[in-house]
Amino acid sequence: MNFDPRFSGRKFTSVGTRPIRPDGVDKVTGRARYGADFNMAGQLVGRVLRSPHAHAKIRKIDTSKAEKLPGVKAVITAADLPDLTDGDAAMYDVLDNCMARGKALYDGHAVAAVAAVDARTARQALKLIEVDYELLPHVTDVDEAMKHSAPLINDAIFTEGLEEKPVKPSNVTKRSQFGHGDVHQGFGHADFIVERSFKTEQTHQGYIEPHACVASVSSDGTADLWVCTQGHFVYRQHCAQLLGMEASKLRVTSSEIGGGFGGKTHVWAEPVALALSRKAGRPVKLVMTRDEVFRASGPTSATSVDVRIGARKDGTITAAEATLRYSCGPYAGSWAEIGAMTAFACYRLDNVKTVGYEVLVNRPKTAAYRAPSAPMAAFAVESAVDELAKEVGMDPVEFRIRNAAQEGTRSSYGPVYGPIGIGPTLEAAKSHPHMKAPLGKNQGRGMACGFWFNFGGQTCTDLNIGMDGSVSLAVGTVDVGGSRASLSLVAAEELGIAYEQVKAIVADTSSLGYNDMTDGSRGTFSSSMATISAARNAIKILRERAAQMWDISVDDVVWENGHAIAKGEKHGNLGRLSLKEIAVASGKTGGPIAGHSELVADGAGVSFATHICDIEVDPETGATRVLRYTVVQDAGKAVHPTYVEGQYQGGAAQGIGWALNEEYIYGKDGRLQNPGFLDYRIPVCSDLPMIDTQILEIPNPNHPYGVRGVGETSIVPPLAAIANAVSNAAGVRMTHIPMSPPRILAAIEAKRAG
Amino acid sequence: MAGVAVSTTINGDHVEYLCQPDETLLDVLRDRLGLTGAKEGCGTGDCGACSIILDDRLVCSCLVLGAEAEGRRVETIEGMAHGDKLHPLQQKFLEHAALQCGICTPGFLIAAKDLLAKNPDPTEEEIRFGLAGNLCRCTGYDKIVRAVQDAASVMKGA
Repeated sequence: MNFDPRFSGRKFTSVGTRPIRPDGVDKVTGRARYGADFNMAGQLVGRVLRSPHAHAKIRKIDTSKAEKLPGVKAVITAADLPDLTDGDAAMYDVLDNCMARGKALYDGHAVAAVAAVDARTARQALKLIEVDYELLPHVTDVDEAMKHSAPLINDAIFTEGLEEKPVKPSNVTKRSQFGHGDVHQGFGHADFIVERSFKTEQTHQGYIEPHACVASVSSDGTADLWVCTQGHFVYRQHCAQLLGMEASKLRVTSSEIGGGFGGKTHVWAEPVALALSRKAGRPVKLVMTRDEVFRASGPTSATSVDVRIGARKDGTITAAEATLRYSCGPYAGSWAEIGAMTAFACYRLDNVKTVGYEVLVNRPKTAAYRAPSAPMAAFAVESAVDELAKEVGMDPVEFRIRNAAQEGTRSSYGPVYGPIGIGPTLEAAKSHPHMKAPLGKNQGRGMACGFWFNFGGQTCTDLNIGMDGSVSLAVGTVDVGGSRASLSLVAAEELGIAYEQVKAIVADTSSLGYNDMTDGSRGTFSSSMATISAARNAIKILRERAAQMWDISVDDVVWENGHAIAKGEKHGNLGRLSLKEIAVASGKTGGPIAGHSELVADGAGVSFATHICDIEVDPETGATRVLRYTVVQDAGKAVHPTYVEGQYQGGAAQGIGWALNEEYIYGKDGRLQNPGFLDYRIPVCSDLPMIDTQILEIPNPNHPYGVRGVGETSIVPPLAAIANAVSNAAGVRMTHIPMSPPRILAAIEAKRAG
Repeated sequence: MAGVAVSTTINGDHVEYLCQPDETLLDVLRDRLGLTGAKEGCGTGDCGACSIILDDRLVCSCLVLGAEAEGRRVETIEGMAHGDKLHPLQQKFLEHAALQCGICTPGFLIAAKDLLAKNPDPTEEEIRFGLAGNLCRCTGYDKIVRAVQDAASVMKGA
């Protein structure tokens, strides 16, 4: 039976309710097992030696002393991870990032690793490894790295995407461009033009759980990996490729995950743990310290963005242009490209052009962080839009409403929009009580919009009906924040049974077909689509079994409210059979009943949000206080509204930290100065107010229930919304994120000095 | 290095263990005693994920040595529920969805229990400052504060 994913308006029974999550009790009693909570008999402790230099040639590594230390069972270097990537440049970068091959490219780059009987011995062994470095000049700033005089990080890089292939290598790996119309002509029609440059500093996802795994390679070539990850199937593929294994011989189990936000989408320690286990012949547990997480996992890009927007006196934008430079760490990425796609996605523009530059720097390899690349682009664009509204003399909300994209608008990155939520979120913000609340002295209000694509991708789900009529739902997307609850609701809805009758689990890589990474806000979107498909397949079998039990044609059996019902007058006395009754009899009617689904979840509906915030600025110190914060976002359909609110609030809080406080600080020596939560300060409870949320539901036409991804969009507007609020409160335009007290004070003083 | 013999009380049970002199109480709980409810988020006392109560005082167990537990009372998340009956804070965290990934939850519950023991009727501000030693990256704290407020009112009525 072909699965029809199209939206069909229906009255929901389970979807939209707020039950307690199935994994909840384990999580409030300390029983839930995260990455570091798992142990195997005979396991060793793994530790990684990391480069203290930002850029250095590795002349020689001498591990002999470490190997002789009693209790050390394996020492590895890049030589133990031979290059099996077979010309796959992206995988070669992953391999090089796992263990430096000839050159250390950032402070924290792994150069060797040990496995020992305990942590103390492993730490001692690291000190006995002698690395002979030849220091090379380094560059950590994105603008500095683009200069012709900058030290070259990889002399094999020639900028892609230029009209003519460059003759010299550079730190710019790629140029990308998006847009339509003629911006030159558009600016010619403008009565007002705002042009500004912006910078954002590098931030980290800041998940509270450090990366952790337990690897066990057997002498027969099979292996097990227990790991906190957003995508165990992708980890299996990558680890198998790097270790030279067949994927099916590596079983990867995803632990409970203590936060990821995009940061647990890449392998770092896992291939190293597997290589250590292979060499030692024993299981190896490898857990990063917080210092290692900051120095050697994947933070977001630092950026430098120029924006130019023009409008007529009536408030219509005539042209919009942006140049975006994003740091990628020492390896090629597509971060500026994504920024260039998202920058103007909220608006209906006749003339738009964005250009992105991917820039190599001696910092850790950039990884995704919640709507990766979009918040920085939105910061620049939405700041300029606010300024332009002022120039035109319009209210910033009215100005945005006038220019908002609509159904049928050709987006700035290409596709034509279906039904979208930017207009409705703006209208909801306009009429929100927050907009009319009075402000005090030194207080400012700001608002901003945000966009995220959302993703679907490959998804495989099994729905198994037990002999007692209870339902096991096995999904392959990782539960990063309540998706087992939302997917159980969807299974209950489709089957017509109670939520409590369904138990959802995240299956390991040997128990289920391939699933893409749980990223792009796809967890509930794609796995609910697969769950609906699996449930419909199970219902087909349930109807067949009922028909068999009644000895009638399956065409006369329909499924309603969790029961098979015989249709037609001739079957009037047959009554109905519950799912449980059919399941109990299944041994005599053909055996186990299950529904499976393998699909590519296309049609993830784009998502928009509008945020409002009030900030107080102390003009004497530059200190800020968030007074009030409101999130309005389109969810398509909120499957479990409490967890949707949670996504909105969490994204806003991360954005607040990014806007006001968080940044990677590098010294002149290229070393990270603040690799800990004391000096890289994320928002704490006393920093924040309650975060008000408003869920809009504009159904996604490409999902049976109208669901859109909800996880990421909420981090897109905050940087700009807060920058607009701070700028209004301080009376000076802020152009550099984070707006820490010294930056705000400097801006105020510069203005006072005229 | 010779181990230190420690005799202590954990969640009301008498417990004896050997640990290294430089081993943290968090490592003892997790690696020697199998009590993995306390988490290591930083190892430097900044995140509160390893919060426990030591003789009625809220501490980060990563900043306490295993040897220091000698003769004292340790309360961990594993001892918070009574049998299968959840503590009101645990119940309210579930009802308010005050957790997303859940890694910080044991620390928050312990810290909130300590807060309510000392201040049974806290204002929102007192809750926010009382829990400021615990980091959560998922929730924005909104639902955590509400869960603690709700639990406080339930516990007052009990």
